[in-house]
Amino acid sequence: MENPYMPYPVRIDDIEVATEDSSLKTFKFVFLNEGDEEKFAYEAGQFAELSIPGVGEIPIGIASSPVEKGFVKFTVFKTGVVTAHLHNMKVGDIMGIRGPLGNWYPWDKLEGKNVVIIGGGFAFTTLRSSIKYMLDPANRSKFGNIDVVYGARSPGMLLYREELYEWEKRDDINMHITVDSTDDPDWKYHTGFVPQIVEENAPEADADTYAIICGPPIMIKFTQPSLVKLGYKPDQIIMSLENRMKCGIGMCGRCNIGKELVCKDGPVFTLDEINQTPKEY
Amino acid sequence: MSFITIDKKDWAAGVEKSRETYRLFGPVKDDNGCQFKSLDAGVMPDMEAGDTVLSAKSVLFPQSEKILTTTLDESKEDHHIMKRADADYTPRAVIGVRPYDAKAVQLVKMNFDTEDYRDPYWCDAYEATTFVGLAVNKPGPTDFSTSTACGPFSEDGLDILLADMDDKYLAKILTPKGEAYAKACGFATAADDKESQVTFDVLRKAAEQEIKTCVATDKLAEKTILDLHEAPFWDDVAFSCLNCGTCTYVCPTCWCFDIQDENKRKDSTRFRNWDSCMSSLFTRHATGHNPRETKTQRVRQRFMHKLKYFLDKYDQGIMCVGCGRCVKSCPVNIDIREVCNTMNAYEANKGE
Repeated sequence: MENPYMPYPVRIDDIEVATEDSSLKTFKFVFLNEGDEEKFAYEAGQFAELSIPGVGEIPIGIASSPVEKGFVKFTVFKTGVVTAHLHNMKVGDIMGIRGPLGNWYPWDKLEGKNVVIIGGGFAFTTLRSSIKYMLDPANRSKFGNIDVVYGARSPGMLLYREELYEWEKRDDINMHITVDSTDDPDWKYHTGFVPQIVEENAPEADADTYAIICGPPIMIKFTQPSLVKLGYKPDQIIMSLENRMKCGIGMCGRCNIGKELVCKDGPVFTLDEINQTPKEY
Repeated sequence: MSFITIDKKDWAAGVEKSRETYRLFGPVKDDNGCQFKSLDAGVMPDMEAGDTVLSAKSVLFPQSEKILTTTLDESKEDHHIMKRADADYTPRAVIGVRPYDAKAVQLVKMNFDTEDYRDPYWCDAYEATTFVGLAVNKPGPTDFSTSTACGPFSEDGLDILLADMDDKYLAKILTPKGEAYAKACGFATAADDKESQVTFDVLRKAAEQEIKTCVATDKLAEKTILDLHEAPFWDDVAFSCLNCGTCTYVCPTCWCFDIQDENKRKDSTRFRNWDSCMSSLFTRHATGHNPRETKTQRVRQRFMHKLKYFLDKYDQGIMCVGCGRCVKSCPVNIDIREVCNTMNAYEANKGE
């Protein structure tokens, strides 16, 4: 078995400023060693440790999709020591990636089901990975209706805007894009907070519909009642959690909620599961 | 399994001889009490020292350990590409380890050697190590190892168990690793197995009777995590706590760690260091949000992890071996025995 602390060496292949305030950048990495991309085979919803030698590591959701080959992508919010350093790195720099880590959205269970994706702010990365995965021609027929509610503070703070607008034009996915507010008179989409847009636009629950939520704690907190109103049961609400992590492999001991380790038993849990653990996230 | 006797006059020479094939670790007295240390040439393990302040966990899990290294010098071809740090995994023996510390290693193993991942640093050290235990003939007042599926003569996790018989050691060889170590020392005076076992049992019973505290754990499994987590006594338990973390450092089963990079000129090293759930930084997100912001939350985490989460996760008892070090070292006298009894006796929704 390989050393789980050893990152795969990667080169930064592209850096894209993702939001109008430049607080988020999307990094595209390519693996230096042949064969590492195959070893890094991942599912939508997993994360990895971005590993900068001499600086440290950060756990970040994988934004690229298993159906995209030749690279991996991560969208990173500048907030701490490692992310600030990463934001100052340049194309061509060498660093590492450790993973893939954690579990993923339950794609087996979701087969044949309708999926409602709800995201807020910069927590849209693994959701982007998931949408790309579901929309792939090889996979689209495996799922029923796909609805996406995605909100940010302003149009310029939405991640992956080009893709969002393209998905909006398709007839096999129902996009409900929203912003808290905007001065743009040409804004064609919703205005309002995610919980309200969910209540007004998401399909009502039935036995074959599941909701996946990823967002800041406040959005998750206020979206839950909206889903309950629509009839979703706790085992139909799937959430991805975040906690401070170091090892990412369930050993260093800090990311637990009760006996569950967010890094290894999660980060994806159903609300039903979360309801049985202390809310230490 | 077999018994040998080791005359104490031959002890030092035998241990010295084993250095030909083993690196030795054992208890050594210093200004800070007694610690498990790597034994330099000529230094013998202090077999009379009694309880060590820190456990023997550092033999496999150093307080600070290099895990990866690289160069940041971009003129070098392999810059920023990490490699495993060099370490010595030749055979080592830890001598005079207490049965509860050996049992603790078995509990810690569940964390570091899992179906999904193998921690190579801990596991390689574990595989390289022979555990030569010393039974506790006279347990101290804080020892409650009989309540934790362990005890002063527990063999769990040991390769050899020595019983101090004044002028000699009676040694029970428990594994092939133990056999190999005895051979390397030249200890080969066979003892009658049946008689020796009787002697061991007599000593064990006498030692067990010295332990006066009984900690009840029998009802922990049947309670829910949420009931115990929401129990009303945590503020009282945590009231006097200073969050100093001493309990976590002295504990043989506390394995939590931090990972940090350190650079010296262009040489970069990734370390793992002991960490403590008593520290606020342990869980603080980069955003400033902290899921265990308060002292009470952190104290509760420590006891819940040891006495409930671990029990529920592995179904192998509690994550405590009853060594009593945290009881003895706590500056404000927080006593895990009392906390465990309180948790065990707690009934949610009674009298409401």
